[in-house]
Amino acid sequence: MTATEQILAVFGGVAVILVIATIVGRVLRYRRRAESPSPVIENLNARINAWWAMVALVGLAFLFGKTGAILLFALLSFAALREFITLTHTRRGDHWALFAAFFVVLPVQYALIADAWYGLYSVFIPVYAFLLLPIVSSLRGDPQHFLERVAEVQWGLMICVFCLSHVPALLTLDIPGYEGRNLLLIAFLVMVVQISDVLQYVWGKLLGRHKIAPTLSPSKTVEGFVGGVLSATALGAGLWWITPFNPWQASLLALAITVMGFLGGLVMSAIKRDRGVKDWGWMIEGHGGVLDRLDSVIFAAPIFFHLVRYWWTP
Amino acid sequence: MIRILAALFANGITLVTRLITAVQGRWIGCGPAPAQRIYYANHVSHGDIVLIWTVLAPALRKMTRPVAGADYWLKGRLRRFIATDVFRAVLIDRERSQPGRSPLAAMAKAVDEGASLIVFPEGTRNMTDAPLLPFKGGIYHLARRKPDVELVPVWIANLNRVLPKGEIVPIPLLCSVTFGTPLKLQTNETRADFVARARAELLSLAPDTPRAAEPNR
Repeated sequence: MTATEQILAVFGGVAVILVIATIVGRVLRYRRRAESPSPVIENLNARINAWWAMVALVGLAFLFGKTGAILLFALLSFAALREFITLTHTRRGDHWALFAAFFVVLPVQYALIADAWYGLYSVFIPVYAFLLLPIVSSLRGDPQHFLERVAEVQWGLMICVFCLSHVPALLTLDIPGYEGRNLLLIAFLVMVVQISDVLQYVWGKLLGRHKIAPTLSPSKTVEGFVGGVLSATALGAGLWWITPFNPWQASLLALAITVMGFLGGLVMSAIKRDRGVKDWGWMIEGHGGVLDRLDSVIFAAPIFFHLVRYWWTP
Repeated sequence: MIRILAALFANGITLVTRLITAVQGRWIGCGPAPAQRIYYANHVSHGDIVLIWTVLAPALRKMTRPVAGADYWLKGRLRRFIATDVFRAVLIDRERSQPGRSPLAAMAKAVDEGASLIVFPEGTRNMTDAPLLPFKGGIYHLARRKPDVELVPVWIANLNRVLPKGEIVPIPLLCSVTFGTPLKLQTNETRADFVARARAELLSLAPDTPRAAEPNR
């Protein structure tokens, strides 16, 4: 199959899953028509509807190839950083540093990725932004909670821009024998991690008994975690044909990114808990904010990127 | 021509507002019904009007007029155009430079014509660290002259961080506009009692922020 045929097959498969999910959601709602609507079922339907929109958005971006994918993730970084900074304790003295984070650091990071300049995009935020933004903040002369403020901005940039930009950075990898197919690596990463989230939710709702981290996230259970990660790993192995990996390699990579995704969700839940919010935002109906949907991808992307870069590029 | 330009401007302003703030309207105390109302809000920025305007559905927007200071909004052609043609603001003379043109009369006239109003009872932008300044009495007089019109408290959150006082460029942050439970003037309620009640209702909509009490230079 050509790359285009494989992309079409992948989207076709996703569409089939969504059609089934949509039917299940509507049937569940219909069966309760005599009673008052169940919040869980209403939320399930809202989530499925949002999935259609998200898949359509990714499909639209893929139509424009590399440029479309980079632009999509740049916009997602913008929305994610906006949600993250909203929950921080920045002060007026950080105004210019924040302005630079949104309108200089973020676009430059994605421009470097478009330019495939690995040597700079992998150090630009951890080295240059890390040192320059606190300098900008310090020039305003407000020492109150200074370390906390600069640490929050720095962490926001690492999570929302640096880590997330490693998804489109997959396009810059030159893998022998896989030329012109790198969009499918993005599809593999995003699909496996998101399917893992969905299956953790499904297994948790069906069998969940033992809470895994009750103080951080009451909805995460051992049953959901094990069932979700194992079934998503199996699914990842089944997707080996769109990747440069063989089936067992695909399964190990899928295991690595689903575990990272789960742990990422845990970390991001801890932040939300501390700030007393349930969701990061409200941009995605039924899901919450952009960060609620992307937390697992954010933690999985750089690890996936470096594993593939280390073992599959010359 | 001016009409089309004003409509384009209105759409442009709400689009930019959404891009920067992803503003969410939260109707917790009442629904977005097309009833005649007086929305009264906390005032931290010139963008307050824009934010409320953005979360009102088009049908509500059409019948709602913000009340704004003529001294600020009549300076310069662009501001004048935005105030009079885009927002159809009720411009009031805060300094009362001309006797006989009382701010209250202008507001009452707009209400008589069937408009909903957006008012800022603090009278000026809150440049202090306190969450809300003391209210002026205008809201009581409006309530007494128009006892049938509901007064809806509206809390605008986070806009002061998007554009802190003295800054010229906005930074993107999520903002929300919360609509509380409508209130009406009760029989025999004094001016002081009513104003205090209205202020407390509005303040109760403010989200708890542990750092809010700390001075922010």
